[in-house]
Amino acid sequence: MAAAEFDIPVIKDDIEVPKLREGAMAHAKTFPAAKPVQDSMGYPHELGEDWKERALDKMGDLLGKYRSLKVFMDACVHCGACTDKCHYYLGTSDPKNMPVARQDLMRQVYRRYFTTAGKLFPKLVGAKDLTKEILDDWYSYYYQCSECRRCSVFCPYGIDTAEITMAGREILNHVGMGQKYSNEILTKVHRIGNNLGLPGPALEDTLEGLEEDIEADTGVAVKMPLDVKGAEVLLVTPSADFFSEPHVESLIGYAKVFHAAGINWTLSTHASEAGNFGLFNGNYESMRKVAMRIRDAALELGVKRIVVGECGHAWRVAYSFWNTLTGIGYGGNDPFSIELQKQLDPAYPQPQHICELTNDLIKSGKIKVDPSANDNLVVTYHDSCNVARASRMGTEPGGQFTIPRELIKSVVNNFHDMADETIGESTFCCGGGGGLLTDDLMEVRVKGALPRATALNNVVKEHQVNFMAMICAICKAQFTKVLPKYGFDMSMVGGVHQLVSKAIKLD
Amino acid sequence: MGLSTVTMIYAGMFYIATLLLVVGLGYKIFDYSRTPAPLKIPTTPAPTTQKGVVYRMAKEVVLFESLFKSNKWIWVFGWLFHLGLFLVLVRHLRYFTEPVWFWVDIMQPFGKYASIMMVIGLTGLLARRFLVDRVRYISTPSDYLMLVLLIGIGLSGMLMTFVVHTDIVALKAFFMGLMYLDLQPVPQDPILLAHLAMVALLMAIFPISKLLHAPGLFFSPTRNQADNPREHRHLAAWAARLEQKN
Repeated sequence: MAAAEFDIPVIKDDIEVPKLREGAMAHAKTFPAAKPVQDSMGYPHELGEDWKERALDKMGDLLGKYRSLKVFMDACVHCGACTDKCHYYLGTSDPKNMPVARQDLMRQVYRRYFTTAGKLFPKLVGAKDLTKEILDDWYSYYYQCSECRRCSVFCPYGIDTAEITMAGREILNHVGMGQKYSNEILTKVHRIGNNLGLPGPALEDTLEGLEEDIEADTGVAVKMPLDVKGAEVLLVTPSADFFSEPHVESLIGYAKVFHAAGINWTLSTHASEAGNFGLFNGNYESMRKVAMRIRDAALELGVKRIVVGECGHAWRVAYSFWNTLTGIGYGGNDPFSIELQKQLDPAYPQPQHICELTNDLIKSGKIKVDPSANDNLVVTYHDSCNVARASRMGTEPGGQFTIPRELIKSVVNNFHDMADETIGESTFCCGGGGGLLTDDLMEVRVKGALPRATALNNVVKEHQVNFMAMICAICKAQFTKVLPKYGFDMSMVGGVHQLVSKAIKLD
Repeated sequence: MGLSTVTMIYAGMFYIATLLLVVGLGYKIFDYSRTPAPLKIPTTPAPTTQKGVVYRMAKEVVLFESLFKSNKWIWVFGWLFHLGLFLVLVRHLRYFTEPVWFWVDIMQPFGKYASIMMVIGLTGLLARRFLVDRVRYISTPSDYLMLVLLIGIGLSGMLMTFVVHTDIVALKAFFMGLMYLDLQPVPQDPILLAHLAMVALLMAIFPISKLLHAPGLFFSPTRNQADNPREHRHLAAWAARLEQKN
């Protein structure tokens, strides 16, 4: 089943706010999850007779469990500040892709069933009965949100549409409308240990092949250890790093860093995935179950440090949620978290981002680099949304912006940032995050990449930029697929550690 | 001397409106505070300490910092309206205190002219609802009516301040009487009665309308959480129970 044909947007000089085109993306429907997948997740696979009660029950349940959802449903005043902030609205002109309108798809139902005003005067406050049409709208538009949180930066009350999208997807799952892409991936990670369904022996084989490649290339025997008990560092990285291009170049970079710094490290077959699609579905238990694999591996291998590779939402889950979900971090005073935390080395942040680790090693002179090795490149940096707006690096707020840039500038000589309003906390999502990185949503992905492509085009014209560095597996996969449609070469896309890999000096 | 029907109606109206406002808002605040925030979700970059969070929230509450980043027109109109309303409310304290607090006296002239800021801001916000296609699309009837109601309150108040003075001494006696359960007649001035009725309506709908953005902001996890998840373990009660299953 091929997705429908569509027009590729034309890049203009500036990111323009389009006029509304109602229903412009109503046809975009991600493929539904089939019975076996929904079964294994414990969800129904089709709407039952009682779907409406189930949906409202679940909504009530979530409203009681998440203050974010409850406050965000009430607080919006329809001021319109967010209406021009979403890359999907900017790329598609569909008004339901404006953050407030996306929220209102749920808010109209919330008001009807959970508020006095909506029960008494539904028309006045825009409250509506939950119908199949509304449910279909949810399915359409909650899968045209990448949960990137750009709207939340600009909302005067900090309303984060991602929280509402997550709740929407969770309710959809509970009535039998799951998404094929995300739920298949969750099934794979639960069964095999990673999103790609790469079993242990295949992983071992892949790593051996990579070791041979590095040795052939550099003459140095850089190792990629797997399941080594007693290693100091457990590296958890998105499984795309094991064989997707350009991801694997960064994996090679991490291995070289550990080698050059003399750090005893290991990967794990049990925890061969940093990505956590439980986040996208808004299901706490599912997210926790995926994250528990990392805790289990850390305890099993007895590592002292846990380091996370280049992956945006994975870093959000690791940095912001692992301590909560699994006790990876500090400050726990309960037996569950103490069991792990007493094993970890307090000299390092837990978990630590690979960019924090490498940047520290370069600054302290423990590894040497030669930036002229990247003199063929003029580099810019794409802040990945989840790193930018849902995590941190280092000890200061904003370290998630400065540390990767510091690192890049230490390994390349030519660097230019894109326009201010498109980076840092205002960064535009790649267009493929949050569970949308699937071919059945190609139109959404291509159009959603328009703001980033526009900003990139401007630095290409002004500064002859020919490489956009990033630290997210989804961004890399999305851009290599989508940027060529805007006329860019896919070799422009790569990881920060791909640059480190070229510049690092190995003994 | 018996009190007129109008006085009885207005007295009842303000008692009911106050009750709805206090109980309704109290319930909402209780409801927000008892609902857990199971995950650390501050929009980053975020302060790493509680002190920093207080500073961030203060900037949001006083200066509307995020809105300023977002849209200068909405910020100008919104901020004019809210600051104007705040000064007007401070000025109105003189009708509920005897003797009038000295700082309320100092604010008196500012409070008078702040009503102009307030109405200009509201008019700008209303104009945007008609003129900007994106804002028009998301506006519900209540969004327009809320602005119309506030403009009505502002204009009727300004009429009494600047054009046709009402019997303000009698009005103060009426409100002091309400507060001390010693009912006094309400002045039967049509502009005043309209002003008071609209204010009572606003108070009554506060806890069931989008005016909940006021308490909501203080409970917004993306703004009120410190960014320290690696250093402190954050765990909601319902989430902690999952750990006991292992």
